[in-house]
Amino acid sequence: MNRLGAAAAGEDRATIRAEGVVGRGRVNDFAIKLANVNGTGSATANSLIMQAIFRMGVPVSGKNLFPSNIQGLPTWYEIRVNAKGHLARSREYDLMVAMNGQTYAADIAEVSSGGYLLFDDSWALDPGLRRADVTFLGVPLARLCSDRFSSSRERILMKNVAYAGAVAALLALDPEVLAGLLQESYGSRQRLLEANQLALRLGHDYATQNFSCPLPFHLERSNRTDDLILIDGNTATALGALYAGATVAGWYPITPATSVMDNFSHLCARYRREANPEAAPGDPPFSNNYLIVQAEDELAALGVVIGAGWAGARAFTSTSGPGLSLMNELLGLAYYTEIPAVVVDVQRAGPSTGMPTRVQQADILMAAYASHGDTKHLLLFPGDPGECFEFMVAAFDLAERFQTPVMVLSDLDIGMNDWAVPRLSWDDAYQPDRGRVLGPRELEAMPQFHRYDDQDELGVTARTLPGTDSRGAYFARGSGHDRLGGYTENEVSYQEVVDRLLSKHRAAAAHMPRPVIETAAAATLGVITVGSCEPAVKEAIEILAARGTVADYMRIRGFPFAEEVASFMEGHELCFVVELNRDGQLRSLLEIEARAPAQRLRSVLIYGGLPPSAEQVVEQIANQLEA
Amino acid sequence: MPSITKPLIPLLPLARNELGLTMQDYQGGMSTLCAGCGHDSITAALIQAFFELSLPPHMIAKLSGIGCSSKTPAYFASRAHGFNSVHGRMATIATGAGAANRELTLVGVSGDGDSLSIGLGNLAHAIRRNVNMAYLIENNGVYGLTKGQFSASADVGSRSRRGDSNLLQPVDPIMLGLSLGATFLARGFSGDKAQLVPILKAAVAHRGFALVDIISPCVQFNDHEGSTKSYRYMRDHELREIETDFIGQHEEIVGSLARDRATAVTMHDGARVQFRTVPEGYDPKDRGQVEAYLRERTGRGEIVTGLLFLDESQQDMHETALTPPNGLAQLPFSKLCPGSAELESFQDGLR
Repeated sequence: MNRLGAAAAGEDRATIRAEGVVGRGRVNDFAIKLANVNGTGSATANSLIMQAIFRMGVPVSGKNLFPSNIQGLPTWYEIRVNAKGHLARSREYDLMVAMNGQTYAADIAEVSSGGYLLFDDSWALDPGLRRADVTFLGVPLARLCSDRFSSSRERILMKNVAYAGAVAALLALDPEVLAGLLQESYGSRQRLLEANQLALRLGHDYATQNFSCPLPFHLERSNRTDDLILIDGNTATALGALYAGATVAGWYPITPATSVMDNFSHLCARYRREANPEAAPGDPPFSNNYLIVQAEDELAALGVVIGAGWAGARAFTSTSGPGLSLMNELLGLAYYTEIPAVVVDVQRAGPSTGMPTRVQQADILMAAYASHGDTKHLLLFPGDPGECFEFMVAAFDLAERFQTPVMVLSDLDIGMNDWAVPRLSWDDAYQPDRGRVLGPRELEAMPQFHRYDDQDELGVTARTLPGTDSRGAYFARGSGHDRLGGYTENEVSYQEVVDRLLSKHRAAAAHMPRPVIETAAAATLGVITVGSCEPAVKEAIEILAARGTVADYMRIRGFPFAEEVASFMEGHELCFVVELNRDGQLRSLLEIEARAPAQRLRSVLIYGGLPPSAEQVVEQIANQLEA
Repeated sequence: MPSITKPLIPLLPLARNELGLTMQDYQGGMSTLCAGCGHDSITAALIQAFFELSLPPHMIAKLSGIGCSSKTPAYFASRAHGFNSVHGRMATIATGAGAANRELTLVGVSGDGDSLSIGLGNLAHAIRRNVNMAYLIENNGVYGLTKGQFSASADVGSRSRRGDSNLLQPVDPIMLGLSLGATFLARGFSGDKAQLVPILKAAVAHRGFALVDIISPCVQFNDHEGSTKSYRYMRDHELREIETDFIGQHEEIVGSLARDRATAVTMHDGARVQFRTVPEGYDPKDRGQVEAYLRERTGRGEIVTGLLFLDESQQDMHETALTPPNGLAQLPFSKLCPGSAELESFQDGLR
């Protein structure tokens, strides 16, 4: 690490933390990491801690760093608490809950100097692993649970709840909040509820009796989360599809996108089931106003979406990088035949299988130009689950307005982690923008319908739907076609259509979400980012400002780029582009499509697969400024 | 694919169907396939089947993939919406179109390359889903547009025009369909329109996935001595043991059937399919028996044509999904969006 960067980051962290200091302790400003073995039920305990902090009104984030495996491999969960709302991943852990013997050495090494480590001292810890600058808190979790629970399954599961109890005591988690959460989760299952309550108490009491609780860093009730909800991006995406009126979905299971469709399915079962009082005896008394096809592969998944879009339904698919690779040919088909389609890409680390449970933003260039031939697509980049909801609705409107595929580029961090975001809102006056679709009345009034003729000011031509009127019949084809929809190999007729497609793409720029721009007086540089990088980048900008480097901020939310994107870059001699990939894909896209002079843009690239921290961003910017 | 507008030659008086439409109302553009191509005969049979079924042209959705066969939707039903998609993916596009609007009459036209090589997986799963559509494979054992490579349906020992022998086992779509739980399996020959038209009518009327494998010789690349998909070979080896009559809902039974040997199956809409001159003991609803019969005949080098298997009892994709009787695409938005109050209460659970 660069010396300047390290020192500066440390100082600024102290500055930021100072605001939360009460007496000798630090209130509502710390980070903990929990090291577990996957498949042992630890996720429930970890979410319990995170959710309890949220319920206490304290800004909190939780990041699940999990393996691509079902059982037995190391998994970590990180919780960051920050009164000011800086919730990017912190890599300075005040408390480590070390529950995985396989990773003891690495976990112990990661604790901040002066920090604490909680471990299961049912078995002795190798003295060689001890650190003088870390306080070791041994809790005999296995022994406590073995004494009180009989089944081995219960002993494993309840050990997690027991450490949650100990953590609660150490951090001053409100016991009433915890009790309330357990009641909500297990209320109807008395035996399970009692087991959880007991385990929680075992850990809590042991910590209270044996350690000085709470630790110097701990929680105090606040009201900072009163208007927030805790939601993961994949749930919010599914909600968006539900609210936008999607009726058909095609998909193939893939990490980290699977929970988009799992959630959509659950939501539909809850909100899209219509009672049918006239059902004959023996027939189901309801009908499902949706159809989800779990396809045989991603080719089929997108094929289903395109077919449904052609026939007039709002349809979508959700996938991740490998699936998007397979969908390329069909994306070209939808682009060229001008059929609306919505594709959610919850990005993970590539290339190839890559790291399925790690995050990257490395599908940007593929998505922008997916398929062979000249193609350009509409992309939306949500920055958090709230925008996943909002952009899904926008995606369907854009897809139908512009008769083209729209890709929503979320990522694993947004999609699978719970984020504290403002409550989602819905305008009941909303009506879907179905774009230019002609019905029998309009067709009757025109001499002759041609699918790709009569463009509007956006370059969009009217379409018709199968099953409505013979006068609107046309032949959709992925082969070369002319303005009238006929097959062509004529250079002029071919170019006329593909040129209009380009003009349509350009026109869409004004309809994409504007970038988020935050300016500061006396800023000397710009920092541009996208998606889930926002928390780390905004915190980094604050740290840099405290050091005298003032920067303006821009988060890009759509492609083609809105006008403001180019003007932001024109207004800064130097911009850093922060993104989660090796090759600077967003930076390249800005150079190609927003005509940004290459010398004005520098990359900050974090691509190891974990969510970025502010320190990583500060370090890379500081290094380059110093150079 | 190129097509030329057909000149309208009035041939009065033209017969009219129940909708008052003539055969011309189901025609398409002029074919640009080779003279004598089996595919054109299938197109003609389809036009006749649509006409006889009195299908409203605007309710037909015709789909295809890529290849010679996939060009043909341009040559029939120009008053219907058509979709010439990408190689191998027609089944998926049709699945989506059917999912969006179950009232459409979906007719997919594909070939042996499109369905049995690049699109085999998608075909298999459309069969499993029992998507309500007629799926035609215009099977000639050869890649025509790329000039004569063997396809996955080429028989072992079958020779190419250049003289190479195919050494790989063929994919037989009927056997495939039997193993996948297909609900309608038929084989026809493009040179036998009289047999093909009732099969196509039954395929369209079938509720579920109707797979029709039609041997359709390629006059350019696979109609020579040594080919097993040539006109000559088919004339010598076709076994028309299973004759099929399709009797629409309102049609009278006509013709003289060998009633003592006929088997009848009633379709979901009340139409009937009559199997006649059926080999003794042949039960078109018995998957195992049909498979054994076909294996035995294939072993003798015979190609059995006719409606070979039919199961009207299975649910189609929409019935399995419990969707409403009309198209999902036709649902009003008010039935789809839960509204702001529901969103509020949903979020109360996210605290």
